[in-house]
Amino acid sequence: MSKKFTGVGVSAGRVIGRVRRMPEPILAPADGAPLPAGVSAEEETARLTEASKAVATGLKERAALATGDAQAVLKATALMASDRSLLKSATKLVTGGTCAESAIWEAADAVATQLTALGGYMAERAGDVLDVRARIVAELRGVPAPGIPDSDEPFILAAVDLAPADTATLDPAKVLALVTSDGGPQSHTAIIARSLGLPAIVAAPETTELADGDLVFVDGIDGQVVTDPSEAEEHLATTYANREVLPDFSGTGELSDGYRVPLLSNVGSGEDAQAAAAAGAEGVGLLRTEFCFLGKDKEPTHEEQVAAYGAVFAAFAGKKVVVRTLDAGADKPLPFLTDSSEPNPALGVRGYRTDLTSPGVLERQLKAIAQATSEHEADVWVMAPMISTPAEAQDFAEMAKAAGLATAGTMIEVPSAAVLAGQILQRCDFVSIGTNDLTQYTMAADRQLGTLAELNDPWQPAVLHMVAATTAGAQSAGGKPVGVCGEAAADPALAVVLVGLGVNTLSMNKRALAPVSAVLRTVDLANAQRLAKLALDAPSAELARSVVRAELSELDRFGL
Amino acid sequence: MAERTAIIGSRVGLHARPAAIFAEAAAELPVEVTIALEGEPADEAMDASSILSLMGLGAEHGTSVVLRAEGEGAEAALDQLVTILETDHDAE
Repeated sequence: MSKKFTGVGVSAGRVIGRVRRMPEPILAPADGAPLPAGVSAEEETARLTEASKAVATGLKERAALATGDAQAVLKATALMASDRSLLKSATKLVTGGTCAESAIWEAADAVATQLTALGGYMAERAGDVLDVRARIVAELRGVPAPGIPDSDEPFILAAVDLAPADTATLDPAKVLALVTSDGGPQSHTAIIARSLGLPAIVAAPETTELADGDLVFVDGIDGQVVTDPSEAEEHLATTYANREVLPDFSGTGELSDGYRVPLLSNVGSGEDAQAAAAAGAEGVGLLRTEFCFLGKDKEPTHEEQVAAYGAVFAAFAGKKVVVRTLDAGADKPLPFLTDSSEPNPALGVRGYRTDLTSPGVLERQLKAIAQATSEHEADVWVMAPMISTPAEAQDFAEMAKAAGLATAGTMIEVPSAAVLAGQILQRCDFVSIGTNDLTQYTMAADRQLGTLAELNDPWQPAVLHMVAATTAGAQSAGGKPVGVCGEAAADPALAVVLVGLGVNTLSMNKRALAPVSAVLRTVDLANAQRLAKLALDAPSAELARSVVRAELSELDRFGL
Repeated sequence: MAERTAIIGSRVGLHARPAAIFAEAAAELPVEVTIALEGEPADEAMDASSILSLMGLGAEHGTSVVLRAEGEGAEAALDQLVTILETDHDAE
């Protein structure tokens, strides 16, 4: 019987395939656990030797099928699995009365520690030794080897969630789609799926029922997994497979009636900026300046900051670059700014608020931005994150102007700022809506929590009402510009709604420029406004999404 | 006891790929070969057919290492291994 599991679609695509489950991680055996009763050291040593041989053989077989670097790595790993000195030290432990699992665990640990101490490249190989160890222990226990399963046929990977180490070894030629029972729209799984262009569904708790070999339909657009797919699902998958290739973004965002909606890109480094410019971005709608600060234990110098910002400005001469000042705290802590003992960091000292506890950092950053601006041709705007009141907006604008920056604005992430957007815009030049945080705060749902993924959806009508309040405020303040720079702008259907609500510019990941532009070009302003009204009046995120999508037939044509 | 000194030719040192090539070759020889950094006592030398021991030496490009073996065929075996160590496998 066919079953349907619902989750959150985080990367578009529709595909049918067989499931392979991500094996459970291998848990460490007890330290120095003794030989099992009635087993001699000789028998245990033989078992260990067998297991290491089996792992080495398996890896060699895979090496024979691989080519290039992958082959070299697999070959080296196979040799590690049957390494004489590793086995010798493990055997010594077994002879002393330790069981095979604990012995190989401890022996490999010593090798990994030694490699780590060498630093650099060798330290990275320590991970290979630990991987080999886990494989040998899995073999001893008779359970599947850890890591992404090997398969000759492309498969649908089902997991609880994927760790960065898993996704690094994920071969997009072998994996058709990703389905996780846990994780949210911001999880590592979601990010990697979008960057590889694989259909993905997260936060689908019932998918833990899926077993190896199950034939399923994965719909990354509607967030559904269907077992034993019928003709209807086969048709959907075929239609998706035959979708039209999206035209490249022309570099001009507009509706079908020629109404201009500049499409900008979110960037986090100079390199990123060049790639965005190459993809046709009309400017930068969000420059995340954290890239200059993260991983540092002290504030970067004036010169370091000027060079880092300048690298981005250089890629957009004559175009707009909106710089967000440092947004540290919550999920992006910085050792020299963030009080890690806060019980509730998302509601704590973060973003603009760090100026209260660490005055001077923001002022110095603004000076560096002004210096970089004077050295380049970009039209630089600055904005502060986590503004809650008109008074904060005014203070920031004054600080920016004092630093010599002509255009200062604020982000709309806190509901109070959306509600008072009119007053805020009487005190600064523009606003940009950060839909990720605005959703988290409007719905009071932690964006990192998979369980609350349904609430954490920018299609929630309440969030759309916050956007409408912001654009209404901008009108009352004389028609000042409103941008959106959250993930919402990258959803082509939602982009139509945002424009209909009165948003002037959209800023997104460069990969989203082509799909968003293609869909915007299929509607005129009156139609976008009508769809926005439908979404505002919907009683749920799900209905808002489906009622709008139903009116945008072009989405299917491009498989979006 | 046959003994040879070799200078690591691989530009990135004796890391995974060159170490794998060397360990495989050493394992196929009829004699047991040990390897040590030059100047280290012979009784602390490692099994040359162990990739993990080779990597654990931390030998970089230009480091001198000493190979030792005993028995029939030892001389020829060491000559063969010296050639492998002194080749830059990453240049291929």
